[in-house]
Amino acid sequence: MTAIWLMIAALALATAVLKLVGPLALGGRPMRAGAFAIVEMLASALLAALVVVETFGHGRSLTVDARVLGVAFAAVALWRRAPMTVVVVGAAAVTALARLVS
Amino acid sequence: MPFGVAVFAIAFSFGVLARPVMGSVAPIVMSVVVFSGAAQFGALAVLTAGGSTAAAIAAGVLLNARYAAMGLALAPSLRGKALSRAAFAMTTVDASWAAASVGDGTFDPWYMVGVSIPQYTGWVAGTIAGVLVGPRLGSPNALGLDALFPAFFLALLFEEARGTKRLVAAGGGAGIALVLTPLVPAGLPILAAAAAAVAAARVKA
Repeated sequence: MTAIWLMIAALALATAVLKLVGPLALGGRPMRAGAFAIVEMLASALLAALVVVETFGHGRSLTVDARVLGVAFAAVALWRRAPMTVVVVGAAAVTALARLVS
Repeated sequence: MPFGVAVFAIAFSFGVLARPVMGSVAPIVMSVVVFSGAAQFGALAVLTAGGSTAAAIAAGVLLNARYAAMGLALAPSLRGKALSRAAFAMTTVDASWAAASVGDGTFDPWYMVGVSIPQYTGWVAGTIAGVLVGPRLGSPNALGLDALFPAFFLALLFEEARGTKRLVAAGGGAGIALVLTPLVPAGLPILAAAAAAVAAARVKA
């Protein structure tokens, strides 16, 4: 349990530092161009990794189950510019429904 | 405010899914002090899959590295003493930062605060509701809450991955994670996806 509290403290601290580093520490000085280019790409790379692992991952194996239908619904909803509520609640509802009928 | 409903629903599922892994109090404290959907869900995803705390921290930090880039963009729009600039900067979240963008590269800091406050309220209230109601719901999977995770990440990705380079980073990150999931301990495939960001940064757009 101590590890959980350590994780929360570390993430709170790191998030604050990341939010403040631009407005405070750099004080208008630009970040090194190479480092900035990588930071800009990190969210896309990690979010995509989380999407596939959370959709297909089952422990250390990959499976196709009802989650795929929910995420497919989310993809179509996002593409059709549906509001965030429809995207996430709809994804859960589609998956729950698929499990109910299967 | 439609976004408040989505935030509440996402935070609710965070509370439901985090309680069995983290206990009743820790998920609420986490929402109060971290207040970041990407980092909280990312860290929880690693823990739920059986990954180490260190991997969970690393995943959360890397996911939030984007705040450094967002803060750099925001910096010229913040005036006044360091303490006031810091106070405004701390209210940054994805939705409010994007909403406060005026369009010419500058930001309206008060507008950002105005969007962030209902988001924060909804986030904390949703987490508390999820922790409290969760045990009465039965299996979270029967409600499809495990699909809400990736749907939320997909929504963030949809906003984030604009332009060729970011799409390359996203495609590479997804590929790395898929290939590594059966091969290495949980959590590491997410971290290894960061390599795709390094590669994509070298792509000529």
